[in-house]
Amino acid sequence: MPPRLKIVIVGHVDHGKSTLIGRLFHDTNSLPDGKVAAIQAACAAEGMDFEYAFLLDALLEEQEQNITIDTTQIQFRTARRGYVIIDAPGHKEFLKNMVTGAANADAALLLIDAREGVQEQSKRHGYLLSLLGIRQVAVIVNKMDLVDYSAAVFQRIVDEYRAFLKPIGVTPLHFIPASARHGKNIAAASAELAWFDGPSILQALDNFTTPGTRAELPLRFVLQDLYRFDERRLLAGRIETGRLNVGDELVFWPDRKRSRVKSFETWGRQQPAVKTSASAGESVAITLTEQIFVERGQVASHPGAGLAEGREFHASLFWLDPAPIYLNQPYTLKLGTQAVEARIVKIERVIDSATLTVTGVNRDRVERDEVAEVIIRPRKPVAFDNADHITVTGRFIFQQGARIGGGGIIHSAAYAPLLAGEVKSADLEWSGGEVTHELRAQHHGHRGAVLWLTGLSGSGKSTLAVALEKSLLQRGRAAYILDGDNIRYGLCADLDFSLADRAENIRRVGEVAKLMADAGLIVISALISPLQAERDHIRQQCHNEGLPFAEIYINAPLAVCEQRDPKNLYRKARAGHLKDFTGLDSPYDPPPAPELELPTDREPKETSLAKLLDLALTISASDTPPLTGPFTPVI
Amino acid sequence: MNHLDQLEAQSIFIFREAFHAFSKPAMPWSMGKDSNVLIWLAKKAFCGKIPFPVLHIDTTYEFPEMLAFRDWAVREYGLDLIVKINEDARLGRGAYQTSIGYETHDPVTVTHELKTVALQQVIARYQWDALITGIRRDEDATRAKERYFSPRNADFEWDYRDQPPEFWNQFTTAVGAGEHIRVQPLLDWTETDIWHYIKREDIPIPRMYFAREVGGKKLRYRSLGCWPITKPVESAAADIDAIIEELRHTKTSERAGRAQDHHERNAMQKLRAKGFM
Repeated sequence: MPPRLKIVIVGHVDHGKSTLIGRLFHDTNSLPDGKVAAIQAACAAEGMDFEYAFLLDALLEEQEQNITIDTTQIQFRTARRGYVIIDAPGHKEFLKNMVTGAANADAALLLIDAREGVQEQSKRHGYLLSLLGIRQVAVIVNKMDLVDYSAAVFQRIVDEYRAFLKPIGVTPLHFIPASARHGKNIAAASAELAWFDGPSILQALDNFTTPGTRAELPLRFVLQDLYRFDERRLLAGRIETGRLNVGDELVFWPDRKRSRVKSFETWGRQQPAVKTSASAGESVAITLTEQIFVERGQVASHPGAGLAEGREFHASLFWLDPAPIYLNQPYTLKLGTQAVEARIVKIERVIDSATLTVTGVNRDRVERDEVAEVIIRPRKPVAFDNADHITVTGRFIFQQGARIGGGGIIHSAAYAPLLAGEVKSADLEWSGGEVTHELRAQHHGHRGAVLWLTGLSGSGKSTLAVALEKSLLQRGRAAYILDGDNIRYGLCADLDFSLADRAENIRRVGEVAKLMADAGLIVISALISPLQAERDHIRQQCHNEGLPFAEIYINAPLAVCEQRDPKNLYRKARAGHLKDFTGLDSPYDPPPAPELELPTDREPKETSLAKLLDLALTISASDTPPLTGPFTPVI
Repeated sequence: MNHLDQLEAQSIFIFREAFHAFSKPAMPWSMGKDSNVLIWLAKKAFCGKIPFPVLHIDTTYEFPEMLAFRDWAVREYGLDLIVKINEDARLGRGAYQTSIGYETHDPVTVTHELKTVALQQVIARYQWDALITGIRRDEDATRAKERYFSPRNADFEWDYRDQPPEFWNQFTTAVGAGEHIRVQPLLDWTETDIWHYIKREDIPIPRMYFAREVGGKKLRYRSLGCWPITKPVESAAADIDAIIEELRHTKTSERAGRAQDHHERNAMQKLRAKGFM
C-alpha cells in the first residue's frame, strides 16, 4: 500500500474549505451512513438546511458560528492512494491551528472565493506554506457558480495570486476553477467550466508526488533517550534521514564523540529476527561498541557528513502566540530533541506576510502573526542543518510558557569558532585542493547525474524532458537537456543517419552528458538511442566516473507513436523518404531493466512527470550539506 | 517503509517522548483491540519492558471473556496492572446517595461516574501526570481534532476551543498542579490500520471481535465496552481478513454499537469535554 498523502486545505475564512472536504468525501463515496444521518438530524434540530461543511464541523460551537476553529484530520481514498485531509481554519485568530495543520502536510490546496478574490489570509497562508516548506500547491478558485462560471474572473484571480506567490518561491502546480457546493470540477470536469482544460480537484490530488525518500540524504539519527532496563545500554531515537547499519562509525553532535553501532535491539516477531540496518523514518534502539557519554538531544551522523554546530544562527521566525517574543529575553528553544535556553539577539527585519513589505527594522519584539528575519543565540552549542538541505534538523520552535509560541527555519549561519580537540586538520575533506564530486555537490546542493531517456520517435521523450528540466529548475536543481534533434545542428552536424553515424552520434552525446554531469549538472538526454549495447556503454562510462546514471524507458506502442507523429517522420518513412527508421525498418531494443518505465499511452503526462521527478531528485540528492554559510568543517 | 511502518515508527516516537517528558505516566488499557495494539507498541518502544503502570477501569459491567483475557495478558506481557473500581458509586456510599448502574441510570451518567470519575479518583491517588491512551482520529469528529499531547485541566476538562499549537513533533509537556496530559500514540491510525497491524504482528486480542453463531444469526463485536450498552453487529467475519474485507464495504460507524455515544445529541462531545477518553 503506498504511503498516504497528507493534504492541508487552507485559505481565507468562509471561502469554502469545509464544504470542499465534505464534497470530496461525498464524491469519493467515503461517507459513513451514520455520519450523514447524524448531521442531518443536527441540522433539523437547528432548523438549518443540510450543508456538506457540517461533516467536519461536528462540534456544537462550530455549528453555531459556522466556522472551523481547529485542525481536523480525516481520511479518504481514490483509486491511486489514500489521503489524510487536514482542514485548517482560515480565521486570523486561529493561525496557530492553521500552522499546526499545515506543518505536517505533503501538499496543500489553497482556496480562494471567486467573488471575493485574493484576501489577506490567502496571502498569509501562501507565505506560511512557503515558510513551512510545502512546495506542492494547487490553488482552487471556489464558488465559481456565484460569478456565472466566468473565465475572465478566474483568470484575473490567477494573475493576481501568481504574481504574489512568485517572489516567495511558491509555484502552484495547478489553478482550478470549481464550485464545491454544487460539485463542479471536484471529481470530474463539468459542463459549466467547459472552457477550462486543466484537471479536476481529485485529478490534481492524484498528480501530487509522494514525498521523496529521505533515506538518500546524509544520516541524522536524533537521540530521544537512553535506557538501562537490563544489562543493555540502549540508545533510543529516530533516523530522520539517511541509513544506519551495524558496524557504522557514528559522530554524536554537538560533542563529536565517536563510537560504532554494535547492534539493533528489537522486540516482537519481525523478520529478520536480527536487525542489521535501518533507514529514514524508523524509530530504533541501538547499542554501541565503545561506551561514550551521549545524551538526549544529540544527533548522530556518519563521519564526513556532519551537522553544523554553533552558538548563533540566522533564521526566519513566525510568531503565533498572543504575547510577543522580545529581543534579548530568554526562551526555551527546541530543535529536534535538543532543548536549550536561547535569546533573539537581533531582529533584522519584520515582514508583513500579507503584503511582503518590511514593516520594521531592528525592532525589539515580534508580534503575533508576524514573520521576521532574526539572529538567535543559544546558551550552549546546538547541532543543526540548513533547512533547505535537511528540513527536520533545520527547524525549531520557541516556547512561550508551556506552549509553542512560534517556529522558525534555519537558512544560513553565523557559527562559533571550532571547538578544539576532536578535529584534526588531516581529516578535513576539502583541504587537499582537489575538487571532488562531493565538494561540487556541497556547492551546488545536489549531485550531477545522467537521466537517459530512451524510446521510439513520438513516444514523448522531448515533452517529458522539457517538463522535467523546468520542474528541476523550480526546485533549485541545475538541469540541462541534450535533445537529439538539437545536438545534430551543432556538435553532430557532420553526421548523417547511417547506422554508423547514428552510433557515433550517441557516443558523442554520452560523452558530453558525462562531462556535464561531472561538472555538477543533472543531464537529461532525450535520444531514441535504440541499441541496448550503446546505452550500457554510457552507463558503464558514468559508473567509472562515480556519476549516477538512470535509464528511463519511455514506452508507447509503435502504433500510438505513429499516430502521434509530432514531426511527421513516420509519414515520411512510410512514404519511403527516410531509411533505417527506428521501429519500422531499423530495430529498437526495449531496455530489459530500466530504472523507470513510463507508459505514456496509458498514464497522464503529469503522472509520468511525477515519477520522473521523484527519480531525478533521488539520484541527484547530495549526501553532504551545501556550503551556504561558513559551516564547520566536516570531520 | 510502507504506511504501517510509518504509523508504527511515529507511535514509538510518541511513546518515547512521553516517557522522557513525564515523571509519572500511566497507560489505561481496556483489553480492546486498540488497547492491545498500544501494549504491543509500548513493548517495541522500550524493547520488551513497559516502564509504567497499566490501568484498567473496571466498571463491574465487564464481559467475562474480557476479564479472562486481562488475566492472561498480565502474565503474558508482565504488566504492572492497577485495577480501579468506583466502589462508592456502585455501592451508593460516600458522596453517592444511591447506587449508580445501568439498571437505574442512563448510559451517559453511568459512563461518567464509573469511568471518568473512577479515572479522576485513581489519578488523584497515584498523582499521574500523563495518561497514554489509544484513541484514534477516525473514531468520531471530536477525536479528529485531537493533538498527540493534549492537556486536561485540574477538573479534567479538555479545552478544545483553545488547544496549544503542535507541529514538527514538538509537544506540550508541561503541566500545572492537578493537570495531566493525554498522550495519544494511535491518533493517526484508522480502524483498518489497526486490523492490518494486528494481523501483521500476530497480536493477541479477545475472540469477541470474531463472528460466532447466536440464535441462528452470525454476530460479532466491532467495538467493546460495558456489556449492557454494547451491541454486536450482524457479521459473518470470523477472521481478520474477513473483518478487513467487511470494513472496506461498511458504511456504519465503528462506535454505532456503543449506546453512550448516541444517548443524546453531542453526547460524545460532552463526555469528552468532561474527561472521558
